[in-house]
Amino acid sequence: MRRALLNPFLALIAGSVLLTACSSESDTEATSTSENSPKNTSPAVVNIYSQRKEALLKPVLEAFTQDTGIEVNLVTGNADALVQRLKSEGENSPADVLITTDAGRLYRAKREGVLQAIESETLHKRIPAHLRDRDNQWYGLSKRARVIFYNKDAVDPSEISDYQDLANPEWLGRICIRSSSNIYNQSLLASIIAHRGHEQAKAWAEGVVKNLARTPQGGDRDQLKAAAVGVCDIAVANTYYYGGWLGSDDEMDKQYAQKLAVLYPNQDDGETGAHVNVSGAGVTRHAPHRDAAIQLLEYLTGHSAQQFYANDNYEYPVVEGTPVSDLVKSWGYPFKADDLSLNKLGENNAEAVKIFDQVGWK
Amino acid sequence: MKQTVSAWSLSSWLVATALAMPVVALAWFAWVPESHSWLHLKETVLADYISHSLWLSVGVALGTFLIGVSTAWLTTMYRFPFSRFFQWALLLPMAMPAYIIAFTYTGMLDPAGPLQFHLRELMGWEYGSYWFPSVTHVGGAITMLSLVLYPYVYLLSRASFLEQSLCVLDVGRTLGLGPFQRFFRIALPLARPGIVAGVSIAVMETLADYGTVKYFGISTFTTGIFRTWFGLDDPAGAARLSGLLLGFVFIALTIERYSRSRQRFHHTSQRHQALTAKPLRGLPATLAAIACALPLLLGFIIPISQLGLWAAESWHSIDAHFLTLSWNSLWVAATAAVVATALAAILVYGLRLHPQWPQRLAVRSAGLGYAIPGTVIAVGVMIPAGQFDHWLNQHWPTAIGAAPGLVLSGTFIALIFAYCLRFMAVSLQALESGMGRIKPNIDEAANSLGARRWRILQALHLPMLRGSLLTALLLVFVDVLKELPATLVMRPFDFNTLAVRAFELASDERLAEAALPSVAIVLTGLLPVLLLSRSIARSRHGADGKPLHTTQNATPIPTELDRL
Repeated sequence: MRRALLNPFLALIAGSVLLTACSSESDTEATSTSENSPKNTSPAVVNIYSQRKEALLKPVLEAFTQDTGIEVNLVTGNADALVQRLKSEGENSPADVLITTDAGRLYRAKREGVLQAIESETLHKRIPAHLRDRDNQWYGLSKRARVIFYNKDAVDPSEISDYQDLANPEWLGRICIRSSSNIYNQSLLASIIAHRGHEQAKAWAEGVVKNLARTPQGGDRDQLKAAAVGVCDIAVANTYYYGGWLGSDDEMDKQYAQKLAVLYPNQDDGETGAHVNVSGAGVTRHAPHRDAAIQLLEYLTGHSAQQFYANDNYEYPVVEGTPVSDLVKSWGYPFKADDLSLNKLGENNAEAVKIFDQVGWK
Repeated sequence: MKQTVSAWSLSSWLVATALAMPVVALAWFAWVPESHSWLHLKETVLADYISHSLWLSVGVALGTFLIGVSTAWLTTMYRFPFSRFFQWALLLPMAMPAYIIAFTYTGMLDPAGPLQFHLRELMGWEYGSYWFPSVTHVGGAITMLSLVLYPYVYLLSRASFLEQSLCVLDVGRTLGLGPFQRFFRIALPLARPGIVAGVSIAVMETLADYGTVKYFGISTFTTGIFRTWFGLDDPAGAARLSGLLLGFVFIALTIERYSRSRQRFHHTSQRHQALTAKPLRGLPATLAAIACALPLLLGFIIPISQLGLWAAESWHSIDAHFLTLSWNSLWVAATAAVVATALAAILVYGLRLHPQWPQRLAVRSAGLGYAIPGTVIAVGVMIPAGQFDHWLNQHWPTAIGAAPGLVLSGTFIALIFAYCLRFMAVSLQALESGMGRIKPNIDEAANSLGARRWRILQALHLPMLRGSLLTALLLVFVDVLKELPATLVMRPFDFNTLAVRAFELASDERLAEAALPSVAIVLTGLLPVLLLSRSIARSRHGADGKPLHTTQNATPIPTELDRL
């Protein structure tokens, strides 16, 4: 009798555990078969943890699979969290490659010990030294410039030429820039710290905060929109957001985008050049498919991948001589880019955040 | 007999320990290791984090209370134009993730958005020469969050109102209380446990919100945790912030419980007269309809229409891949809902059998995950999962075969566990209030008639809890469907959901393209929400004027709202 009165809760749990087990079965099997294959012998698959969004990666990865026969598995997500995932998975991690969209995160991944050094002549030849790790643990794959945009109706380009100008009192209430929680702003200030030292960097940040047209809010494209409409006269943003906006199908968007112009800062002789960051990648420390991972990195610095970055996402190639799209060219290309070693961005990141906190840059 | 009791308490202990462990670990991490930037935080931004989080909580508590309770009262007690429609439609905003409504309104009201653009074209105005509402500030964040979170308060307070005996209100009337006095002096205090449960869910959800506040540039505990952890490179400082946040939540909940502890919410009357809603006419009817229409309009109809417009531009991107996304979202949410409800049932039943303080503390801690941002939960689960996998592989007997690799990390097991941890509060609240309504003397009566525990559970408790179980299932389902940060970082390879897709596009500032998956999330979430509203309407005492004992799903004995 009591047998028949099987605890329904337990049944519920058993059912759900089964359900979970069944659904995760196929997955764990997929990863474990790839893992069980002895390292480096049959590189038929490569597993990626990526901060770069799927849409901005998938076409290149599909081409990679087509050209090499190597299957690609992908998890996208927040880079910091993915680094934590790599750390907690340790030597059992199925991941082979970590892709991020800024150098600071690569620096941190290296310091957390989740990357490994790889030797590749191809990568060394193709990627300039300042755009890769000095210990060969990570490599920049595409460049992104953080520049000044101005509203052509409100600003004469002769009025402004450098990042330093943004702190001048004449721009009071005329500047839009996003929150300092954003890594691109942290990297920008980190580069200023590297070039001009803590005191000047802090004075600069203080000046910019005074000149803000509104409390920082929204993303880069929101700053561009605000400048186009007249909320402010100047916006600081990464160029590919502008490219994406110009390429929009929406008439209203196009109309707005036309109102802005790009200004690459710090171009004069003796100046540092426009601030650039990279999206980049490294091979993970316990990569089960190391050779395939290196092959992927080399592929990403190849001609077609580099062109994809430049054409489809309005970024800049890291490999010299790769042609860029006409649109990117129309903003002024080539321009003088800051050749500060990107390691500095990672090293100075915490200091930059502290300065932001101190000067009240939200 | 004895065995089954110990099995219950053992399993409830196990569940509580597993769920409370990350929270306890967090609390420990918060005070033990040295945080190198704590002084810096205290000198600069900590005050901001505290005050913004506090304002948001107070604002959302007030907002959800006002909207939720007033609409629940109106739709329960009165008949007015569309009142039957509002009864279920008022739940709809629940299907809208907070970050999506925030993105939508910002895009709509933005100076460069379509509304202001056409307004300027039409009127020949310049930007700055006119006033226009904006949402990107603390008040806006409160509004956004209140609009999508009030359904929790509506749901739970309406359930409470429905359970109230009309007799009590009639006594109030014969004592000369007007309709407002009857509401404020009788109905509201009686419904307090339900209302508090709803408001605390809303506030915890607010404290855990990351997407909205980050987009609006408001520095709160959640944004501060990430900034400290990754920007300042100080995990200990971040843990300390999380611990502080949890401390606030725990203290607030404890104070509330204590203040309520000596009050009783029983109905002394054993008779339930059918609650017949009073028809309203004229101005009061119009006002009531407007009061119910506003939150529905702002929280659902306007944003979904805007999303629909955007989605119309990209509907051609619907393909087989999109179906996979929807299917993934569905089954992972369904599984998590079943597991979370089952775990909550074990906890709540264990607490009923052994209502001592250690059990109570364990259950309280297990529910705290709701106030923790998803990424923190994710890391809290990933670390022990990774350690387990490491241990397993180290000790794997070679005789069996190759080591199994990752059994927990990066699998659905860890992901589902993270969901349970994050949303346990929701299923706990639903089941606890359901269980609280079953008087202990029913158990005693059944016991004296010779029924064993399993029998009591099967024949009495489960049927009586059916409504609460369904509520728990559906609430967790909708929450998981909307969940983002934990899904993002813990999911297995090539596993995408609607929320992931919507977020990726939206965070790339491609709002129009993000609209399609967003609409899909909302539509998928609608089904359980509609089921939910149907089940409450059914559980109503004396629904359709029938006496209580003939109504399906209704508790056969007058309710007791006194909770544990």
